[in-house]
Amino acid sequence: MRRRSALPGLGLALGITWLWLGLIVLVPLAALMLRPWELGVAGVWASVTEPRVVAALGLSFGAALGAALVDLPLGLLIAWVVVRYRFPGRRVLDAAIDLPFALPTAVAGLALTALYAPNGWLGAPLAEMGVKVAFTPLGVAVALAFVGLPFVVRMVEPVLRDLGPEAEEAAAVLGATRWQAWRLVVLPALGPALVSGVALAFARAVGEYGSVIFIAGNRPMESEIAPLLIVARLEQYDYAGAAALGLAMLVLSFAFLVVFGLMQRRLRRGVA
Amino acid sequence: MRRPTEEAPWLRWVLCLAAVGVAVLFLVLPLVAVFAEAFRRGWGPVAKSLSDPDALAAVRLTLLVAAIAVPVNLVGGVAAAWAIAKFDFPGRRLLMVLIELPFSVSPVISGLVYVLVFGAQGWLGPWLEERGVQVVFALPGIVLATIFVTFPFVARTLIPLMQDQGRTEEEAAATLGAGGWRMFLHVTLPNIRWALLSGVLLCNARAMGEFGAVSVVSGHVRGETNTMPLHVEILYNEYQFVAAFAVAGLLALLALVTLAAKAMLERAG
Repeated sequence: MRRRSALPGLGLALGITWLWLGLIVLVPLAALMLRPWELGVAGVWASVTEPRVVAALGLSFGAALGAALVDLPLGLLIAWVVVRYRFPGRRVLDAAIDLPFALPTAVAGLALTALYAPNGWLGAPLAEMGVKVAFTPLGVAVALAFVGLPFVVRMVEPVLRDLGPEAEEAAAVLGATRWQAWRLVVLPALGPALVSGVALAFARAVGEYGSVIFIAGNRPMESEIAPLLIVARLEQYDYAGAAALGLAMLVLSFAFLVVFGLMQRRLRRGVA
Repeated sequence: MRRPTEEAPWLRWVLCLAAVGVAVLFLVLPLVAVFAEAFRRGWGPVAKSLSDPDALAAVRLTLLVAAIAVPVNLVGGVAAAWAIAKFDFPGRRLLMVLIELPFSVSPVISGLVYVLVFGAQGWLGPWLEERGVQVVFALPGIVLATIFVTFPFVARTLIPLMQDQGRTEEEAAATLGAGGWRMFLHVTLPNIRWALLSGVLLCNARAMGEFGAVSVVSGHVRGETNTMPLHVEILYNEYQFVAAFAVAGLLALLALVTLAAKAMLERAG
């Protein structure tokens, strides 16, 4: 429904908004869309299919997907406990969830490296079990799971809060066990929120830089993430190559987000 | 007796312990590690590395960048929220999507786009160089990249709230003859102040802590174009671990203050 608003200021507000958006976001992003083609179509293709680039893209997207899938059960557990139970320390737990949002990425990177290094608090016991985390692809995934966790929790929490007890009561009255009620009533209702949480965690993780480069070890073909390759290309003044890789990352993430969107739509239809 | 929609007490305990365990091991322990590493040899080295001239220059630059970037995004964010929440106009949905765009872009790409425009081989780079203006590897580039990565914070905290509040109060003020600015200052602003403050806090925390985008456009000149997060990286790569974790601890403190303030604002609002 469109109706004329009696309020003033639309012209001024829109003017400021488009100026701000255009200068800061749209013009620079246009450069990212246009610059790669200086290499020609074949040149762009060659530049994003170099073995080292393919390995880096594979690591960035693979580790991001893995990390988001690890965040799914962990985030669901934390959201469930924070919304449904009352226990001492619940407030602190709720506040701690936002730590990865608030902590600057370089600080997180340093801290995770110190923790998971072979002589770190967590790295030492893990090393004794034969698991190396820091300076391996596993370390990349751990850092990405850290930055992504709050997205899952914060997407699930409001849905869980709005989900009143009625449906679960009905399930119990009809003779469902608690586990059946949870699996057949609660989980499907949370499905769309879980998918968007995972999608957000994934989108954030794909491009993540600061919290990863310290723990990754950055060995080409093994633990080198795609954003780091962009930086390397810029340092060699290969602007077009850097832009081509940046554009490839955006196109790939967009494709993944479309898939997540389709999954969400299907889950939503299942609920309704 | 236990209600049928509740889990058995033992299960509740297990789930609570598991959640707290995950949070402590995965979320809190990194924070503790920062301070433990910084204070490994006591206060002395921490105080010394924080009073180092390069560290002080990094703190000053970080404060300066945030002092420019946050007001720019405050004005833009409020204008965008006013237009989107209070009016219907063609392109409204597109505008909402575009404002969120910087959040879905890698920080490195956020810096890259400015190098493509203002760098030595950028669209405007040579033209600016002839006139002696340096954007990339200087303060303007750092500020621009910071504005880009913190772009959506204010608008996205305000839009849902202002949409919920509708426009009846403003329309009443307009009917009573209030002008645009008077209406905004006396009707709209008091309604959105806590959300606005919360958006500004988040924007500021990200502006001071941004690493990837700033790293691409900074050039890493010690004492000149190094922000605090970049200074942390340099110290770490030089194996000055205590100094690196001391500066990192300062940034972590900023994060903690931001979280505490945000929690308080949520209770106030």
